[in-house]
Amino acid sequence: MPTSELEKYFPVLVMAVIAAVMAASLTILSSVLGKRSKSPQKDTPYECGMAPTGDARDRFSIKFYLVAMIFILLDIEAVFLYPWAVVYRQLKWFAFFEMLLFIALVLVGYFYIWKKGALDWAIPERPRKAGPKTGTNLYREAA
Amino acid sequence: MHLWLIPILPLIGFLINGIFGKKLSKPVVNIVAIGSVLLSFAWVLKTFSGLYPLEEAHVEKYFTWISSGTFNIGFDLMIDKLNSILLLIITGVGLLIHIYATGYMAHEEGYYRFFAYLNLFMFFMLILVLGANFLLLFVGWEGVGLCSYLLIGFYFTEKFAGDAGKKAFIVNRVGDFGFALAMFLIFIQFGSLDFATAFHAAEQMPKETSCGILTGICLLLILGATGKSAQIPLYVWLPDAMAGPTPVSALIHAATMVTAGVYMVTRSHAMFNNAPIALEVLAVIGLLTAFFAATIGLAQTDIKKVFAYSTVSQLGYMFLGLGVGSYSGGVFHLMTHAFFKALLFLGAGSVIHGCHHEQEMSQMGGLMKKMPVTAITLFCAGFAIAGLPFTSGAASKDLILEAAYVHHPWMYWLGLLTAFMTAFYVFRALFWTFFGEYRGHAHPHESPISMTAPLMVLAVLSLGGGFINIPHWLESMTHEHHPHVDTLIAMLPFAAGFGGIALAYVMYVLAPGIPEQLASTFSGLYRLIYNKYFVDEAYDAAIVHPLEEGSRELLWKGVDAGIIDGVVNGAGKTSAGIGGVLRRLQSGSIRNYAAWVVAGSILVIVAIGVMGGSH
Amino acid sequence: MPTNFMPSTEEYFRILPELILTLAGVLIMFLEALRKEGQKSNAGGVTLATLVAALIAAVMAGGSPGPAFHDMVFVDGFGTFFRILVLVVGLLTVLSSQSYLERHDAQIGEYYGLLLFSLVGQSLLCVSNELMMVFIGIEISSIASYIMAGFLRDDKRNNESALKYFLLGSFATAFLLYGVAWIYGITGTTNIDGIRQALLNNLPAVPLPAVGAAAALMLVGFAFKVSAVPFQAWAPDVYQGAPAPVSAFMSAGPKAAAFAVFTRVFLTAFGPIANRWEPILWIVALATMIVGNFAALTQTNIKRMLAYSSIAHAGYVLVAIVAHSEAGTAAVMFYLASYAFMNVGAFAAIVDYSRRNEKFVNISDLAGLGQKQPFTASMMTIYMLSLIGVPLTAGFFGKFYIFKAALESDLIWLTVLGLLNSAVAAYYYLRILVVMWMHEPGEAAESAPEASFGVKAVLFGSALATLVLGILPSLVLDFANRSANIIK
Repeated sequence: MPTSELEKYFPVLVMAVIAAVMAASLTILSSVLGKRSKSPQKDTPYECGMAPTGDARDRFSIKFYLVAMIFILLDIEAVFLYPWAVVYRQLKWFAFFEMLLFIALVLVGYFYIWKKGALDWAIPERPRKAGPKTGTNLYREAA
Repeated sequence: MHLWLIPILPLIGFLINGIFGKKLSKPVVNIVAIGSVLLSFAWVLKTFSGLYPLEEAHVEKYFTWISSGTFNIGFDLMIDKLNSILLLIITGVGLLIHIYATGYMAHEEGYYRFFAYLNLFMFFMLILVLGANFLLLFVGWEGVGLCSYLLIGFYFTEKFAGDAGKKAFIVNRVGDFGFALAMFLIFIQFGSLDFATAFHAAEQMPKETSCGILTGICLLLILGATGKSAQIPLYVWLPDAMAGPTPVSALIHAATMVTAGVYMVTRSHAMFNNAPIALEVLAVIGLLTAFFAATIGLAQTDIKKVFAYSTVSQLGYMFLGLGVGSYSGGVFHLMTHAFFKALLFLGAGSVIHGCHHEQEMSQMGGLMKKMPVTAITLFCAGFAIAGLPFTSGAASKDLILEAAYVHHPWMYWLGLLTAFMTAFYVFRALFWTFFGEYRGHAHPHESPISMTAPLMVLAVLSLGGGFINIPHWLESMTHEHHPHVDTLIAMLPFAAGFGGIALAYVMYVLAPGIPEQLASTFSGLYRLIYNKYFVDEAYDAAIVHPLEEGSRELLWKGVDAGIIDGVVNGAGKTSAGIGGVLRRLQSGSIRNYAAWVVAGSILVIVAIGVMGGSH
Repeated sequence: MPTNFMPSTEEYFRILPELILTLAGVLIMFLEALRKEGQKSNAGGVTLATLVAALIAAVMAGGSPGPAFHDMVFVDGFGTFFRILVLVVGLLTVLSSQSYLERHDAQIGEYYGLLLFSLVGQSLLCVSNELMMVFIGIEISSIASYIMAGFLRDDKRNNESALKYFLLGSFATAFLLYGVAWIYGITGTTNIDGIRQALLNNLPAVPLPAVGAAAALMLVGFAFKVSAVPFQAWAPDVYQGAPAPVSAFMSAGPKAAAFAVFTRVFLTAFGPIANRWEPILWIVALATMIVGNFAALTQTNIKRMLAYSSIAHAGYVLVAIVAHSEAGTAAVMFYLASYAFMNVGAFAAIVDYSRRNEKFVNISDLAGLGQKQPFTASMMTIYMLSLIGVPLTAGFFGKFYIFKAALESDLIWLTVLGLLNSAVAAYYYLRILVVMWMHEPGEAAESAPEASFGVKAVLFGSALATLVLGILPSLVLDFANRSANIIK
């Protein structure tokens, strides 16, 4: 039985230390062992992303928002799996089926955005109809 | 006795004419409208004769309307001595006016609609009178107000008519607010809205010498009555209500609806008797209204306006009667007034009809020869309202004045002066209209028999109605004793009546120059009276205008902090669809709104959290 | 720790309405994803069937009251009443939306899916017995209605409406959540009955300012949802900008649910500290009535006028909450039921009349409606009379019970001022009657199309309900009275 405060939180301390050591050693090791090839392109902070400097009011594609939003949604839903995992053993089958249902619901949402074309980055150009203002493909129009 | 048949019959008439009226021919509309009222009248007569002498109230309980906890209201109708008189007046006079209207409205558009509304009015009025609890009374009370609004605004192509209708409704709402509050208090105090229960309990309470709960209830009831019965300070709607068709003025705004206040107060006499302060207030309001309205009547030139102010004034008499404890006098006057005032209005309508919708008396004159029946019957009504001996008006008005004398002599003298003015301005109107030379440009003609026949019946009632001994009939119910006064005091009202007529005769027949001379000599006073003491303007300035401006300027410019000038609001600004004016009133800026939410939250948190509610 | 977490069949049964609504909503979204462009969506029909099924489930669930899911939910008469109410409002909304969506080429199933999700939230709110559930219910209901407010994406007014509703709504919900956190910190529970017990048991030891602050924070959240002053500013803009059927829905459904939970939380959980919040709510109620009624006087747009009118009516309901009695709770229930019908009806009357892009939504556009469309005008007349509070309509008894309850709780001044307010209100409702019946038909009335069948059904149904509640109030009032004692 842990008696003092220190004993109670000792595992946490160990965990923190290991994490710090891991992070530090990985960075150090890669800088020591890695092979270097310099180029101006490679020196920019985000090699494959946006130019790090420039006008903050730059316009960029609305598709970024869409993807970011969907990412946040699905990411947050994944967060729910953590507390579930913690009590899974106590709740047994009930928890299993509840989480199955939850994931099924998320999947329906995923299916919906997929079918609606929210995940298509490159959309074949097609003539915009004068017709429906709110067509079936919400995202295709937005994009 | 199936009392429910009495109101239901006009309701059926309303439904038939209201739903199918457009497709029905005029004779059918007439048969439905008049027939339903006729049957209702017949049923009143049958019920009345069957139950005579009605020593006990006859109550019929149909079903429990609302029952929740301690709150129980039945759909109960009743008939007793008091409301049997009103039932006879409403259905009887109502019948005559329906017949008259078939002639008067013959060439109007929306003929069926008019009769449908009229029947609906009869339904609500009968519910008002028959109801055996305050809630049913209130249902009728609001219902007649609604019909009155619809009928005043009947000539809706005129903006004035629509406005007059709204004015009537809104002013009445102020009165209704008092009534509603009184109703709540009655329920809280007596635990029931039934007349029998509430009044029985009220009778057991001691007389209140200062302001207690009964006085409070009674004062609120008086507020309600001043709205519906056009008394100071809420009388302003009635003269404007004359924008409606004349039969409506006769039925609703002279004979029946406006007397609802008198009925309601008399019905509640058990409460008023134990609240002498309220009675005193009632008497003063009545007397002042009677006097005040009579002075306005002196200078009006529109024949319907003269009679409208005379109605306000006569209603004042009734309230004076109730206030000085002569309930039977008030109700008696209610009845005789229904006869002669309905006659005055219908006669005026006949004149207006004959002169092709001319209402200004300066465009009339010399109509005696052109419309003899109308003229003679109108003079009968004039004699009655002036209170000449042996007419119906004399009997009831004297009763009230005598009771006033016993109560406070000054009330009697002011009432007497009012009686004198009444005789003067009514006969001023009659002489101006019927004597001298015709001054207008139309071709006046006598009205058809459907209009003159009701006039003749009413003329007989106006003269002889005083012999129906209402005071004696009501004595056992109101437990009042009739005071005896000096013969001189009893005779003076006659003198006032004769004096008023004589003066009018001198000024408008013998020497027609006098009125103009007087008007120019006392031009300030004349203008003041002619413009009805500028009361409408005062109300406009004191209440209507501040309300409008306040809601427009203060409230909204106050709420709209105006700190940030709608920066975020690009989308809204460009969209013309959102009312341009309103944009000024509420900024539309989300930042502003959010600022309000924060400010409000801080207030609420401080109030509840820190201060613990402001006790 | 309890070992058996498996809920009994009965517990599932008690949330059957929500289950049905959720499944149907998900199903509609699924089918929408599969639907090919140009294919007709039959989501409207599915929604109607779902709502009927959910109504039956709600009635049946009401037949076996009790807790479910560890007291997260408690099905009682009070909750069942409001559950049925919001579902009926949903039903009326579906019926009045069909023609509107058709006219705006927006006949897509998502609308109905969102409506169902919103109803899930509201239905859950009505029976939730736990502040976390309250929060979840409010969020489900609100997020769906934010989107519905901006459903016509190409319409600027819709966009403005949705954005305002969303930003301010989330702002206010944050207050609510903060309040929940405080009360949990103080009492250690988020269960509504639990909070009451905790407060009652150690009333002397409870840090009253902190509890008061928690109550105040939650009050802000609820006051926003029911559009009470000073948190009402969003309502006129949002109601005006949103599609007419959505405005109808928002002014009746979410509002009723919010009032239900408002009443439950304040009378039950914060009942022990009533003397702290009652005076504030007194002022809020009065201010709400005044601002709503007086601002409505000068409006020219029908939807905006109805928005202010709905603010004013929220004020009346608050009066009943301030009364803090069984009679007051019953009055809240009765009033919201009667208000829902007359208000949905009033909005429905302009759904088809306003034409494409809501061209005719000014009061003056109603000129001559009585001549051209006597049916619509007559129904509108009934709603207006009821909103005024004329006897024989539901509005009359609604006000009657509220002010009766207020007087019984000795709120004399509030009653007097409230009644005066309702006298002022007559003016702007009457104006509509005058314009409809007494003005010559203008451009709008001359070219008015016949109302669609769905809208007509809504108009007739709401008018009928308004009259029935006005003539035989006992039908609803008895039930309200019987279930009002649950809230203590």
